[in-house]
Amino acid sequence: MTAAVLSAPIGREAAPGGPMLVALLLAPIAVLNAIGFLLPVLNLAVMSFQEVQASGAMTGGWSTAKWQAVATDSFYWELLGNSIRTSLVITLLTLVVSYPIALYLHRSTGLWRSLLLVLVISPLLLSAVVRTYGWIAILSDQGLVNAALKAFGAREPWRLMFNLTGVTIGLTEILIPYMILALLAGFGRLDARVEEAAATLGAPPFKVFWRVVVPLSLPGVALGSLLTFVLAVSSFITPKLLGGGRVFLLATEVYDQSIVNLDWPLAATLSIVVLVVFGVAIALYGRILKSVG
Amino acid sequence: MDERPVSPFLKFCAALAFVFLLAPVLVVVPLSFSGEVFLSFPPKSWSLRWYEAIGQNPKMLDAFLFSLKLAAAVTITDLIVAVPAAYALVRLAPRGAEAMTSLFTAPLLLPTIVLGLAMLIVFARAGLLATPQGLYFAHLVVTLPYALRVVSTALSTLPIAVEEAAATLGASPLTVFRRVTLPLMLPGIVAAGALSFLVSFDEVVLSLFMSGPRLSTLPVEMYRHVETRADPLVAAISVLLVLFTLVIVVVVDRSLGLAKAFVK
Repeated sequence: MTAAVLSAPIGREAAPGGPMLVALLLAPIAVLNAIGFLLPVLNLAVMSFQEVQASGAMTGGWSTAKWQAVATDSFYWELLGNSIRTSLVITLLTLVVSYPIALYLHRSTGLWRSLLLVLVISPLLLSAVVRTYGWIAILSDQGLVNAALKAFGAREPWRLMFNLTGVTIGLTEILIPYMILALLAGFGRLDARVEEAAATLGAPPFKVFWRVVVPLSLPGVALGSLLTFVLAVSSFITPKLLGGGRVFLLATEVYDQSIVNLDWPLAATLSIVVLVVFGVAIALYGRILKSVG
Repeated sequence: MDERPVSPFLKFCAALAFVFLLAPVLVVVPLSFSGEVFLSFPPKSWSLRWYEAIGQNPKMLDAFLFSLKLAAAVTITDLIVAVPAAYALVRLAPRGAEAMTSLFTAPLLLPTIVLGLAMLIVFARAGLLATPQGLYFAHLVVTLPYALRVVSTALSTLPIAVEEAAATLGASPLTVFRRVTLPLMLPGIVAAGALSFLVSFDEVVLSLFMSGPRLSTLPVEMYRHVETRADPLVAAISVLLVLFTLVIVVVVDRSLGLAKAFVK
C-alpha cells in the first residue's frame, strides 16, 4: 500500500522495480542470516549424531552414542535437574526483587521516572564479566560481606562463592533488568482508578495489592518469568566465574565439552537439550497465559 | 488521570532492590583505587597503581584496540545492511515481511551458548576460528537483529505524509529516500549504531568461542583474567568501561531517548 502511494506519480518504475528492489535490499541480511545463523544451527543438530573416536577425531560415520549417553548417564539427568531447579529459584528471587522496582517505576512520573529507568537499563549495557567481577568483590572470603561480618566478630568467613549460593545471587542480579522491563510492559493494564475504587470500598492497602494489583500484573509476571528462566538456563559466564568450576549446570557443561574437551557431538547434544528445556518453558508459558487471560 | 500515591513501604522495598541491582557496579569503583595486590574489600590502602597497570598490560591494550576496531567495523556494516532491509520490510512491505523480520531477528532468541557452539563448529571447518574475519562475522550475526529492530521501529513511527508530499511534487523514490526519509530517521540510525557498537563491544560468549590465545576481545581477556587471578586490575578496567558506556548512552539518549531504544 505504502509502496503504491510512494511510486504513484512515477508509475513506470513502480511495477518492474518493486519485487526486484525488495530482493536487492534484503539480499545482504538474508545471506548473512543464512550463513551465520541457519546453516550453523541446522549443522548443530547433525553434529549431535556424528561418530567420534576416543581421541575426539570425527570419523564421518553416524551414531546415536551421545544421545544414548545423555539419556542413560545419571550425571546428565542430575545436570538437567540442577539447571532447572537453580533457574527456577533464580527466577523466583528475580521476581521478588524486581516487582517493587517495577511497581515504583510504574507509579513515578516525569524526569524522576526516566532517571530510574536509565538506572535499571544501564546494567544491561555492561558486560556480564564486569558485573560478575563486582559480585566476586562482594561475596569472596575477602569481600564486602565477609569484611562486615568480621567487623561484627565472625571468625570464619561465610562461603558465598564457588558454590550455588554465589551463582544464584549473581545471576539474580544480572537478570533483574530483563524482569523489570517485562513487568513494566505487563503493568500496562494496571489502572490507578481500579486501585482507588478498591480502596474507597474499604480494602486495606495490602488487600488492594494482593487482590487487585497482583492479578492484573500476572501476564507481565509470566512473561518476565519465562524470560528470566530461559536466560538463567543458558547463561554460563556468571556460573563459571562465581561457581569456580565447582557448580555444574547444563550451559557450563556445553562450554566445557566444546572448548575444553573438544567433544563437539556431546556439546551439540547437550545444547539441543537446552533448546528442549526452552521449548517446554515456552509451551508452559503459553498454557499459563491462557489460564490467566 | 491522577496517580496513586506511592506508599513508604513500596519506596523502601524499591530502594533496597535498587541497592542490590547496583551493588556490583558501585563496589567496583572504590576497588579500582585499591593499593593492594589482591582483591579485598574494603582495600587497606589506596593508589592509582591498577590504572597504571592497565597501561603496562599489552594483552589488555591489544584486546581493547581490537574490540574497538571490531565494534566499529561491525557497526558500520550493520547500518549498511540494516537500513535498506528495514526500508524494504517497513516501507515496501512485501508479502511475508513479518515472517522475514522474525527470521532476521531469530539469532536473538537462540541462547548465545548454543549459537556460539553452532558457529564454532561451522567456522572451525572454514578456518575462521581466532581470525578477525571470524569474530567480525559472528558479531554481525548477533548485532544485526538489534540494528534492524531499532531502525524498523524508527521508520515505522515516521509520518509517511512528508514522503508522499515529496513524491507528489515530483521527487524520484531515491531522492525522497535521500532527502526526506533518511534525515528523518537519523536519530533511529544513531541509536541503532550505538546499540550495535555496545553489544559488539561487550559481547563475550560468542567471542569466547571464536577467539584464540593470540586474538581476543577485551571482555574475553577480562574473563580470562578474572578466571585465573584475583586482583583489582579488572576493577580499574571496569570503571573506564563504565565511563565509556556512559558517554555512548548519553549520545543515544540525546538523539532518541534510551528507554525508547529498548521498550519502543
